[in-house]
Amino acid sequence: MSGYQTGVLVILCFNIIAAYAVYLPLAANQLNLGIAGFMAVGAYAAAWLTTELNWAIAPAVLVGGGASALVALVVATPILRTQGIYLALATFALGQVISAVFLNLEVVGAAAGYQVPAYAPAPAVFAATAAIVAVVFYLSRTRFALYLTALKNDATVSELLGLNVRALQIAAFAIGAAIAGIGGGLYAHHFSFIEAQHFNVALSITTVLYVLLGGTQTVWGPLVGALVYTLLPEVLRVGAGWRYVLFALFIIGFMAVRPRGLVTPDLGRRLGAMLMRRARPGKAVP
Amino acid sequence: MTGTPLLRFEDVHLAFGGLRVLQSLDFDVRAGEATALIGPNGAGKTTVFNVISGVYRPQSGRVLLDGRDLAAVAPRQRIRHGIARSFQNVRLMAHLSVCENLMVGQHVKTNGLRDLLAPFRLMGNHRWRREAIDALAEVGLEAHADAPVGGLPYGIRKQVDLVRATLAGASLVMLDEPAAGLNPTETNALRLHLERLKARGITLLVVEHDMHFIDRISDHVVVLNFGRKIAEGSLAEVRRHPEVRAAYLGIEEAA
Repeated sequence: MSGYQTGVLVILCFNIIAAYAVYLPLAANQLNLGIAGFMAVGAYAAAWLTTELNWAIAPAVLVGGGASALVALVVATPILRTQGIYLALATFALGQVISAVFLNLEVVGAAAGYQVPAYAPAPAVFAATAAIVAVVFYLSRTRFALYLTALKNDATVSELLGLNVRALQIAAFAIGAAIAGIGGGLYAHHFSFIEAQHFNVALSITTVLYVLLGGTQTVWGPLVGALVYTLLPEVLRVGAGWRYVLFALFIIGFMAVRPRGLVTPDLGRRLGAMLMRRARPGKAVP
Repeated sequence: MTGTPLLRFEDVHLAFGGLRVLQSLDFDVRAGEATALIGPNGAGKTTVFNVISGVYRPQSGRVLLDGRDLAAVAPRQRIRHGIARSFQNVRLMAHLSVCENLMVGQHVKTNGLRDLLAPFRLMGNHRWRREAIDALAEVGLEAHADAPVGGLPYGIRKQVDLVRATLAGASLVMLDEPAAGLNPTETNALRLHLERLKARGITLLVVEHDMHFIDRISDHVVVLNFGRKIAEGSLAEVRRHPEVRAAYLGIEEAA
């Protein structure tokens, strides 16, 4: 694999991790626009642990994810009182606050950024991404995912059926934050340098964009969204300077044709039926 | 056990701003019986359901379940105490399959720290799924188990809503217009289903406009009008009541 290909794959991995960090709360009907802030917490925590305390990378990254989840748990109670557009604004503001804190925190380099000597090579990033995808796919087959879909469909009825809607929303928010934190920690150790400006609003918003592009109704959506978002601009390099214009047109086109995202449960069922037909050509499907 | 009250309304008042929707409401729902709640549109029937399930909190008065004041029980805890309901407009989760809709309600069977991680176990062919399919088979709907609810005909969705309400081991099931929109065959199947629930000792509280249906299934009828109870007794008794006739036929009551 060429250095270029490896580089693109690494970016794809970070985009997939970020996508799932956004997807989990979104599955519980919460738009988290501050995901970059949670990545920053994981990135700085893990980087500080390996640099200052000489921790190994793996435990440091996991603790970074834990730190991010902890921040989510602390802020969840006030933040998740808001709903809809207000929740989006509250998480947006939170992301800004976190970023601003690291911009001023001398112990991790403040505005000058933070050097991270411990290095996580590309295969480590691939393996960690595979593990995160596996965990999210596992979650999608549990009742936890079922409850999230239920409360997204109808929170009142879910509550009357005995679901603890708030606890479920907090759990989804915190698990999403943990994934973001792990992604941030990996990022810090792969690129060997982090600065607060990287974890900005644009990062949060583009992540939400490709999750919506992929679709939020199935666990495949964020994966496909991240793939398209990462790989399409590379394919469009043939368009030279017009590359991002073409990319934007593609995105608008996708959204117009598939407003619920590229991957929907309906598409899954249709594909399943098609495969069944292929497997048993003798049987007619009505 | 039949005869003792399972649920009791004691002088319940509820108002939204200046609009008094329940006024000094008293009635009993006796254990093991089917109690029908009737009255013209806007009489407060669905509001009574919403008070029982905790969507609304009355300003005064008490609602007792087996002698226990429900004010102290959070809405989501009420199903654990045996209160389940179906909805007037069939509020199933359209994106989930029939079986998944039923499994959401089974959640209440878990309890305590031991089951804290229960939601993180795989659903696959879990006992809950098999129980849900068995419950569907009882009403002949097992073929629809994996169909998304959103695409099913109204009659089937209503039945699924009812099965969901009874799956969590409820002792009191509230049914909001269960027969509305059903054809005669479906209505008859519904009646048989409710008879089976009663035979199992489940208490029913039914809001319904179809008097013929009420006549067949209910043991006791409570009539509401403008949030007040205006009569109760057997259907024949309340039919003769002058205030009931006035409420339904719009005749001014003679002073």
